[in-house]
Amino acid sequence: MSGYVGKLLRVDLTTGRMTTEPIPAAVIRDYLGGRGLGAFLLFTEVPAGADPLGPENKVFFSTGPLSGTLFPGACKMDVAAKSPLNSGYGSSSIGGKLAAELKFAGFDAIVVEGMSREPVYLLVQDDHVELRDAGHLWGRGAMTTEQMLKEELGEEMQIATIGPAGENLVRYACIHHDVGRQAGRCGIGAVMGSKRLKAIAVYGTGSVSVADPAAFLEVSRQAFQAVKSAETHEQWVREGTTKTTEWVNGTGTLPTYNFQAGAFEQAPSLYADVARSYVVSDKGCYCCPSPCGKYTYAPRYDLHIEGPDYETVGMLGPNVGLDDWQALVKANWLCDELGLDTISAGATISWAMECQAKGLLDASLTDGLDLSWGSAEAIWTLLERIGHRDGWLGNLLAEGSKRAAEELGQGSIAWAIQHKGMEQSAYETHSATAMLLSYMTCDIGGHHGRAWAIWNDISMGRDKVSPEKVDKVIELQHIRPLFDCLGCCRFLWVELRLSFDQYVAALQAVTGVKRSYEDLMHISERAWNLTRLYWMREIPEFGAAFDAPPPRFVSEPATYGPTAGVFTPRASMEIMLADYYQKRGWDANGLPTHQTLDRLGLLELSPWR
Amino acid sequence: MRLYADNARCSGCSACLAACSYHLFGQITTKRAALRVIPHFPVPGGYTVQVCTQCGECAAGCPTDAIVQNDLGAYHVVPELCTLCMACVDACPEGVVFFREDVPHTWECDLCGECIQVCGMDVLRLAE
Ligand code: SF4
Repeated sequence: MSGYVGKLLRVDLTTGRMTTEPIPAAVIRDYLGGRGLGAFLLFTEVPAGADPLGPENKVFFSTGPLSGTLFPGACKMDVAAKSPLNSGYGSSSIGGKLAAELKFAGFDAIVVEGMSREPVYLLVQDDHVELRDAGHLWGRGAMTTEQMLKEELGEEMQIATIGPAGENLVRYACIHHDVGRQAGRCGIGAVMGSKRLKAIAVYGTGSVSVADPAAFLEVSRQAFQAVKSAETHEQWVREGTTKTTEWVNGTGTLPTYNFQAGAFEQAPSLYADVARSYVVSDKGCYCCPSPCGKYTYAPRYDLHIEGPDYETVGMLGPNVGLDDWQALVKANWLCDELGLDTISAGATISWAMECQAKGLLDASLTDGLDLSWGSAEAIWTLLERIGHRDGWLGNLLAEGSKRAAEELGQGSIAWAIQHKGMEQSAYETHSATAMLLSYMTCDIGGHHGRAWAIWNDISMGRDKVSPEKVDKVIELQHIRPLFDCLGCCRFLWVELRLSFDQYVAALQAVTGVKRSYEDLMHISERAWNLTRLYWMREIPEFGAAFDAPPPRFVSEPATYGPTAGVFTPRASMEIMLADYYQKRGWDANGLPTHQTLDRLGLLELSPWR
Repeated sequence: MRLYADNARCSGCSACLAACSYHLFGQITTKRAALRVIPHFPVPGGYTVQVCTQCGECAAGCPTDAIVQNDLGAYHVVPELCTLCMACVDACPEGVVFFREDVPHTWECDLCGECIQVCGMDVLRLAE
């Protein structure tokens, strides 16, 4: 089928065997590609109960049918694995130029399995595939490694690599690419590290086929035009995701001091105009007419990075009490070079800072490091210790906030702000019921990517417990992951208001197959339920208890800002969760019913029911 | 008329390369374009876009007269006449006459303007 190559590359690191396999048409029909394909392959290929850091786990790099086409933002790839952080479904989206390059090289996906004895990297140059010694790269930073490989192999090579954090099996290690793009969440960098796969380098001279070139050219032209002329284009290109900082601070949804407050007194020193004053150049993913990447230089430390993006601003800024832009750039640089997810890193450090504030981490445990809120020195040092698993504290924090709290005990789990083991990203939810529900039910843990419902909270009444909010969360959880199935960036839909109809038209022109909006939503719902089945299979006791909110938001009032004194009654979230289960066709324990699985064609994948 | 590029505005997305390749060869790829985007990372950052200035050196250097001007005034290669002698490639002061092992002729910008259509940053423009 046009748009797809129809092939995946399978790399067995244990034996060094590399094979090319067709991707069954029925899988494309039922899961579309990208995230859907990755979820299906993870479910069907990785045995139940596999150790996330053992040889049985696999990493699935999956593009979508639009990845690499001439469509605005057609740049995304889904990276899936069993997550070492949440011990369940792991998936992370990565932009840049990797997805397009892989399609040019003649593959829709790469499956990496087994475990190498020595550090290696994978080279894919059209149909020439090779595992090469990575001894000289092992131990190096992710950005450094990318640079070294480009010098070795050529500037046009697209590189995805891990840093020391991935090698050291830090549970929230990321995969780095294209100067400042990451598959950040779920710790899939550690899965690569466990396999001793340092990097993937891809170069392709082929092209992406299109079924109906005339129709495609028309929809593509219209879409580029629509993005360029969008009212929001100018601000978006100037500020990127940092445009969010001021808005969240004003609405009391900016995580501050480990989610104790929703606003930060010094937040204006981190606003978009400050960020912009350090920008050297705009930087975009493949075929993106609205680049959000802001290549930044911090003269005080002589450091260049792409970013910081809003999530990093929130988590390594106010959430750890930091108010200095250049110090934040340095923290971001350390995460990128070490190969750490800035969100989980920020939330784990903020947990540790609160532990010290509450007297649980004295100087003997921190090797004399003072973990006071806002101490740049403490943040940088902790990032280094985490990335290298240096000392007791570095090792503790490398496990993520949930495991660290279980280890430290003394009630510290109460302020580990995480869902299913994964740290909540940068929206404070003391009074934002739809966003809190979105986090509670997100299929990878505390992530905003599936349903960015915070806006609906503000527009619908933030503490309101309404069926409309539940509907909205479910709708968003179906629409937004569809972009990850298609291989496109959702920002162009969210921020530049590209209409979904244009994606439907582009998909038809590219593949030659007409798929309606309803059909696509059905696919997304199938993928959502498949990930739920995955959790059930991996964790026998899985159920509603895993969707519970972090206690902070339902028992302790926010301490500062517009929501000061407010928290969400626990009962509110129980009502919304019950409504959510019912609307999804799940039972009271949050498990899909027989009827639901039947409706979605998932019965045969759930043999234990 | 020729193409101009404002380097400082380029975000390196490569849409121009894909649109150009699609126009010239009917293939969506970044490898068959008639312009070049050169990244400068990690230091100092940013991109340089190399475009054809229509100086005509390529045509002057071609021994088989395979390079002629189209109705827009663009020098372009007539595939049937090209012997792949590389004289044009060597003659081009901007490095924007292209060749590849699997293409039986060299190629260059024909001033179609497709790159301008897809550039979200208004880097490219046509002018005298
Ligand atoms: S909006 Fe940002 S993340 Fe999305 S394609 Fe453009 S540069 Fe990439």
